[in-house]
Amino acid sequence: MTSNTLPRLLRGAQGRPLTLAQHEETFAFAARRASMLEELDASGLRGRGGASFPTARKARLLRDQRNHSKFVVVNAMEGEPASHKDRTLLSTNPHLVLDGAEYLASIIGAKNIAVCVARDNPAVVNHVERAIHERARRSLRGPALELHTPPWRYVAGEESALVHWLDDNKSLPQYRTKRPHILKIGHSPVLVDNAETCAHVGLIGRYGADWFRGLGTDESPGSALVSVTGAVRRPTVLEVALGTPLRKVLEASGADTDPQAVLLGGYGGRWLDAAHLDAPYANEALAPQGVSIGAGIIVVLPRGACGIAESQRMVKWMANESARQCGPCAFGLPAIAEDLYQLASNSRDPRGAHQRLVERCAVIEGRGACAHPDGVVRMVRSALEVFAGDVASHLGGVPCAGSSSVQHFASVPTLERAEELVWE
Amino acid sequence: MGMRRRSGGFLLRVNPILCDGFGHCHELAPELVTTDEWGYPIISPTPVPLANMSALESARYAVRGCPRQALRIERLSEPA
Ligand code: SF4
Ligand code: SF4
Repeated sequence: MTSNTLPRLLRGAQGRPLTLAQHEETFAFAARRASMLEELDASGLRGRGGASFPTARKARLLRDQRNHSKFVVVNAMEGEPASHKDRTLLSTNPHLVLDGAEYLASIIGAKNIAVCVARDNPAVVNHVERAIHERARRSLRGPALELHTPPWRYVAGEESALVHWLDDNKSLPQYRTKRPHILKIGHSPVLVDNAETCAHVGLIGRYGADWFRGLGTDESPGSALVSVTGAVRRPTVLEVALGTPLRKVLEASGADTDPQAVLLGGYGGRWLDAAHLDAPYANEALAPQGVSIGAGIIVVLPRGACGIAESQRMVKWMANESARQCGPCAFGLPAIAEDLYQLASNSRDPRGAHQRLVERCAVIEGRGACAHPDGVVRMVRSALEVFAGDVASHLGGVPCAGSSSVQHFASVPTLERAEELVWE
Repeated sequence: MGMRRRSGGFLLRVNPILCDGFGHCHELAPELVTTDEWGYPIISPTPVPLANMSALESARYAVRGCPRQALRIERLSEPA
C-alpha cells in the first residue's frame, strides 16, 4: 500500500519517461487481480476522456459480449487543442497507461490492445513505441500491444471515428442508432478508454478501490489531470484531487486567479462565469451551471478580453474540423461561425446576426451523427449567457475594447485553408 | 396482435451521414418532416402514436421514397 498523496499519475516525473524498471520501482509490480471488475466498480472511476461514463459499467458491457476476439483501445488522440494531459502522461509514465490497458484486457478477455497516438506528436509516439518494446522484451504472456498513429483531427479522437480508423483507415464518426452502442473492428467488439482513465485503472489494480477513493469526493473519487491554458504564465498540466475549489486549481497552475470567465470541458464545453470560481472542481458541483469537467480542460479568460471574439475563433476552427458527413454540421457550423463573426466585429447588422445565431443553434442541435455540433452549440449558448454584457454592447454598436485586441487566449491551430470555410 | 401494435408510438429517424439533403422526405411526409435552410430534414423528436394511421402511412412513404435509404421508423414500446 502506498501513501495517499498527489501526484498519483505523474509520480516520479523526471523530464523523460520512466523505464519499465524505474516504473516498477516507483509503483510496484502490477499483479493480476481475480476480482478486478469488482474493484473497478467499487472505485467509482469515471472516464476522463470527456463523457465521464463509469469505467466499470463500460467494461462490464464488453465483458458480456460473447466473442472470441476483442480489443482494448487506448485513446490518446487528444483532439482538443487546449488539452495536453495525455501527452504529458505518456511522456512521464507510459507504462502506467499500458498496465491499465492490460487490466482492462484481462477483465473483458481481450487478446489485443491498440494504443492510439496522433502521428503529429512524434515525441510521444517514440515514448510509447519504446515502452511497448521494453515490455515485449520481457516476453510476458499477455495481450498483444500495438501502436497506431492516426492523423490528428479534432473528431479523430471521437471513439467511433477512432474505431473506424482502426477498422477501415477512415477517421470519420459512425452513425449509431442506439446507445450504448458496441463499436467493432471487423467482428470484434472494442472497449475504448482514454489514456488517463487507463492509468487510473493501472493504479486501482495495484492499490485497490479504497486507496483510490482516498482522494476526491464521494461522487467523483480520485484525482484528475487538468490542462490549464489562456491567461496563465505558461500552459500547464497538473494533477488535482477532484473537488478542489476551482480557484485553488487556477492558483496552483500559475493562472490569473481573478479572471472574467473560464472555459471548462474543452471547445465543446461551457464558459463558467468567474462568480462560480469557488465551486469545487467536480461534475456534481458544477452540474447546476450546466458545466462538466469533460476532458479536464480549463481555458482562462482574463478581464478585458472579449469572450465573444474568443468563442468566434474557436467556433470557426471547430467548423473547419467538422468531418462534413452530416449536413447540419457541415453547413450549420460555418454559418454559426459567420454569425458570431458579424456579432463580434462591428458589422452592419449585429441584431440580425444575433437572432440568426440563436435560431441556428436550435436548428442544428442534436442532428449530427456525433456530438461535435452539439458541443459547439453548447459553447456558443454559454458564451451568449456568460458574456451577456459584451453581447449587449456589441448589439448597441459599441464593441468592447477587447474585441479589437490582437492578443488571443484560447489556442486555435491555424487553418490551412481558411477560405474553405465558406460553403454558401 | 393488431391491438398491441396500435398501442405504442413511433419516430421517424434519419441517418445524417447518408442523407443528401434534397428533401424528398419533406415532400412525401410534410406533416412529419420540415427542412432547414440547407435543405436537410428536421424531424420532430416527439413520438407520434401508432394509432395515427395517416402519419404512419406518410412515414412509410418517406422511408420507401428516400433515395439514400437514410430513413427508418423506430417503434417505441411506451405509449406516445
Ligand atoms: S456531426 Fe459533424 S463531425 Fe460528427 S459525423 Fe457528422 S459531420 Fe462529422
Ligand atoms: S429523402 Fe432521404 S436523403 Fe433525401 S433529404 Fe430526406 S432523408 Fe435525406
